Amino acid sequence: MPPVIEIQHLHKSYGKTVAVDDVSLTVEEGEIFGILGPNGAGKTTTVECVAGLRTPDRGRIRVLGLDPDRDRAELTQRLGIQLQDSQLPGRLRVAEALELYSSFYRTPADWRSLMNMLGLAGKSGTRFDQLSGGQKQRLSIALALVGSPQVAVLDELTTGLDPQARRDTWELIREVRSHGVTIVLVTHFMEEAERLCDRVALIDSGRVVVVDTPAGLTERVEVEQRIQFRPSVPLDDRLLTSLPDVTGVTRQGDVVVVTGGANALNAVTSVLARNQIVAKQLRVEQASLEDAFVALTGRPTDQD
Amino acid sequence: MSVSTAASTHLLRGPAFRRLATTELRLYLRERVGPVWGLGFPMILLIIFGSIPSFNRPNRDFGGLTELDVYVPVLIAFVTAMLALVALPMALTGYRERGVLRRLRTTPVGPGRVLAAQLVVNLAALVVTIVLLLAVARLGYGVRLPRQFAGFVVAALFGAAALLAIGLFVAAVAPSIRAAQAIGTILFFPMMFFAGLWLPIAQMPPVLRHLSHAAPLGATVQALQDSAQGYWPHPLQLVTMAAYAVVFGLVAMRLFRWE
Repeated sequence: MPPVIEIQHLHKSYGKTVAVDDVSLTVEEGEIFGILGPNGAGKTTTVECVAGLRTPDRGRIRVLGLDPDRDRAELTQRLGIQLQDSQLPGRLRVAEALELYSSFYRTPADWRSLMNMLGLAGKSGTRFDQLSGGQKQRLSIALALVGSPQVAVLDELTTGLDPQARRDTWELIREVRSHGVTIVLVTHFMEEAERLCDRVALIDSGRVVVVDTPAGLTERVEVEQRIQFRPSVPLDDRLLTSLPDVTGVTRQGDVVVVTGGANALNAVTSVLARNQIVAKQLRVEQASLEDAFVALTGRPTDQD
Repeated sequence: MSVSTAASTHLLRGPAFRRLATTELRLYLRERVGPVWGLGFPMILLIIFGSIPSFNRPNRDFGGLTELDVYVPVLIAFVTAMLALVALPMALTGYRERGVLRRLRTTPVGPGRVLAAQLVVNLAALVVTIVLLLAVARLGYGVRLPRQFAGFVVAALFGAAALLAIGLFVAAVAPSIRAAQAIGTILFFPMMFFAGLWLPIAQMPPVLRHLSHAAPLGATVQALQDSAQGYWPHPLQLVTMAAYAVVFGLVAMRLFRWE
């Protein structure tokens, strides 16, 4: 089975600004593939080239065996894309938009059931400019899916959504994937990539830093654990600092914060047990994709 | 594959385009700019002019025509200019600004068809308005229907083509909806001056009259007036309008950006 998307040495500049320096990656059929990176890393330009909206300066792209530049007419039938900052006419109603867009495609999805699936049925007669941000976003996803595409590209899918709407949207994306649609998700939200993606490409400054599963990415980096607790009786710091896996002990009021390597938690809990100290309100923070990102690119991501 | 693609896009052309044109028509009606300024306002002007008794009497300054005979073509020019220079560029730059055109670029239909649908809707609105204006002028104020009817239709179509091409040009060069509105309005007033809105072309001093012959709306109004009186429009007027349509149409096509 050939990959659904194949990008080889993609390069795209706007004047003197290099948007995408050298990106190569492959997306397999049926996976949720994340393209992760800070703003300005070249994520959007990459997917715009995939969709045939921009012509690469160099490199080769194949989507479902098609050249996005040459075979655009066919590609638009088979690839749906949800774009950032793309709106609809303000006075167009939800149902009208879906019906209109479904008329564009050879084998459209049933737009009414799509409208229900996205929780927009109650808004079918509402004008676009009277929808909330989340509703606009869901309509935008619906329009990307209304042509029954084999590949769906979703750019900054949940930006601007509240946490509940974000979770609902993730659920929806899983549902869409279960119907065999390959999904490319552009995001700068670590949590989104972690929860949703089968594999993630980390892009920074127009280059692919690494491609791996979210779990694989976090395992790549040796990140300290942070253990914090409130001891049941006063505690001598030296009990902890003497442990080989512990690198630091600090106090915040009566809360003790211990940092250390992978075995620090084991070591700390056994010392406390031996001394019959109970660790109240114990919390452990482990390496996240966020930490992995910082470690792999040497800088923090932009957070909204 | 290319054969099946061509065949399928060909099949799609019909229903998708009809749906698009219907949608654009609905939006046009909801947007109100077109209906209010393109139909309501000229209709009110017609009713006001028609209610002035002296406007209905044959006037020696107009070679025995009534003032209303002279003004109906001017009002048609007014509608054409409103739709082509204001409504059309504002709709298209608005679509570009909002990313509507960009979004359509990702579909099999493409943004070119939205442009075509906009032209069709504006042309249809123009036809409806002209018919209503002629009907009200005839039934309400006894203005005779154009006596060289085919010539009148040709003049109106050539004038519409010239003005819509200029409107597309405005939409192509205006970076924003505000800019489009400003450019359209700035063009509107001198064009309407040369169309004889304030001073009938026949009464203009020679220099202005010559300029009026060369101006797109001036040529349109003269062609409409001639055909209303039973003469075929002067070829020079038709050539002038066609030239505006072709030149501005081509430049607009070259300069138009989807994003």
